[in-house]
Amino acid sequence: MNYIALKMLMGDRGKYLGIVMGLTFASLIMTQQPAIFLGLMTRSFSFVSDVGLPDIWVMDAKVQFVDDIKPMQDTELYRVRGVSGVEWAVPLYKGLLKARLANGTFQTCNVIGLDDATLIGGPPVMLEGRLEDLRRSDGVIVDIDGATDKLAKPPASPGGKPIPLKIGDTLELNDRRAIVVGIAKVTRTFQSQPVLYTTYSRATTYAPRERKLLSFVLVKAKRGEDLQVLNRRIRETTGLAAYTQSEFKKLTYNYFMKNTGIPINFGISVTLGFIVGAAIAGQTFYNFTLENLRQFGVLKAMGAGNWTLLRMILLQAILVGTIGYGLGVGLTALFGYSMRNTILAFKFPWQLLVFSGAGVTLICIFAALISIRKVIQLEPAVVFKG
Amino acid sequence: MNQPALAVRCENVVKTYVAGGQKVTALRGIDLDISTGELMMLVGPSGCGKTTLISVIAGILDQDEGSCEVFGEDFLHMRSRDKLGFRARNIGFVFQAYNLLPTLNAAENVAIPLIINGVKRQEAQRMATQVLETVGLGERVGSLPSQLSGGQQQRVAIARALVHSPRLIVCDEPTSALDHETGHHVMALLKAVALHRDRALVIVTHDARIFDFADRIAQMDDGRIVKVVDSATAL
Repeated sequence: MNYIALKMLMGDRGKYLGIVMGLTFASLIMTQQPAIFLGLMTRSFSFVSDVGLPDIWVMDAKVQFVDDIKPMQDTELYRVRGVSGVEWAVPLYKGLLKARLANGTFQTCNVIGLDDATLIGGPPVMLEGRLEDLRRSDGVIVDIDGATDKLAKPPASPGGKPIPLKIGDTLELNDRRAIVVGIAKVTRTFQSQPVLYTTYSRATTYAPRERKLLSFVLVKAKRGEDLQVLNRRIRETTGLAAYTQSEFKKLTYNYFMKNTGIPINFGISVTLGFIVGAAIAGQTFYNFTLENLRQFGVLKAMGAGNWTLLRMILLQAILVGTIGYGLGVGLTALFGYSMRNTILAFKFPWQLLVFSGAGVTLICIFAALISIRKVIQLEPAVVFKG
Repeated sequence: MNQPALAVRCENVVKTYVAGGQKVTALRGIDLDISTGELMMLVGPSGCGKTTLISVIAGILDQDEGSCEVFGEDFLHMRSRDKLGFRARNIGFVFQAYNLLPTLNAAENVAIPLIINGVKRQEAQRMATQVLETVGLGERVGSLPSQLSGGQQQRVAIARALVHSPRLIVCDEPTSALDHETGHHVMALLKAVALHRDRALVIVTHDARIFDFADRIAQMDDGRIVKVVDSATAL
């Protein structure tokens, strides 16, 4: 009977494609929109992810997320270093500063000041130059996306392509000269601003005059030290906040979830996709069953039981569901691949496959259930009506 | 010589529908016996209860009162699963509108009753091809219903009704969609290949041109059998 079910389904090409397209659309929306959402949310803590070496981030107790900088006094660094269980602790500056470009315009940049001695917290991948080059006079390292886009020099001729920043080019940060000594690859940030790395001491000279300039203290725990215990000790000793890397990511993620409209906007997109997909696929599948009701009646009259017909309808639903899901997920993957070098945020973890798979399954169950109900209620005597 | 066995025995069969909020009595105490080897035609005006009666005989509709035994079994007293199994094994159907599945070819359509009875698809299609050859459609086994004429479609339907060797074949207006000559051919075929001493045929028809093929004709009116005759001339 499975063969008959499949022939019934695929024989009506128009309906078959309609159902598959509906499910493909639903699956596409249920994976593509959350993938963009996850990509965006991942960008919110991308800076924390890029700084892999420290175990603990120490900051002002009122900090709510990674870009919510509440500067501390430099002396806090020494207090943290004094906590037992701390292997080392280094300062990190993070702030938004305006860079004056060659054409006279200004561009806000994310300036990261690394510990002068160790340069801990530097970019994860150097494309040109070396991290140590930051020790050269006025040296800064620029991220590749910023160098080729927002910080790029004006084109040589009108209408031409902007010229990417390269090693040796100069910028002006707060009336001070900055010389590009390296190009790095960093994970894009939420605001997608260019990232400039320099030393901590130089960063504090670029930054406007303030009494407090220390953004974070990065801490490495001694071998065997329980991070939660050390966190608590740092908090109790200094009165500052201390988070492990994953805790700090979660803090940032939760802040964006609670305080921005992003989850609601994407949630609405996904819900609408689900509803529209369910409506299209459900109604087309239901119509398909209605149009085949007489045929189901013939099978029923010939001795096919409800269970057999139910299995046939389920098989049809599973088939269109699987194809629609595969196409939708495939299109999402293709979309992500084609956008990999653009500014678009996109993250496609396996959990999303499970999520959209569950969504498509729900739609198929819904479509099959309303169809099955009709077939089970069908009187086989319908076949004798001309 | 052995007497033919009783294929169908209906006694005082009553069936009432509710249509549009009103009770409609379609069968008002039907008594009818059909023997094996017999071609029985049910005739009468529209709405007289012919289709309801063959639905009850075929076990796809339950009567409200009376008994209707097919080869000694009353569907009313069977469990749903047994009823399905009995119907799948013992009853073949030929419909007015052929009711072939449009996406299956002739052999696949004919194979359906065998597949319902648990025969493997390849074997079922092989047997279906043989029966299609019997009805003269050996060359059209791979044709879709839309590629066949009305007469050919009805022959496929006859092959489908025969393929699992049922003991009772019920036909609903098998010639009403066909021209006179084709209808005549279909009836001749039906009688030649379907009727034998262990099997009974019940045909519901309006078509007086085919009455001559009947062994007996039961004339119905207003839910009752008003007379049963041996030849059309007696109607």
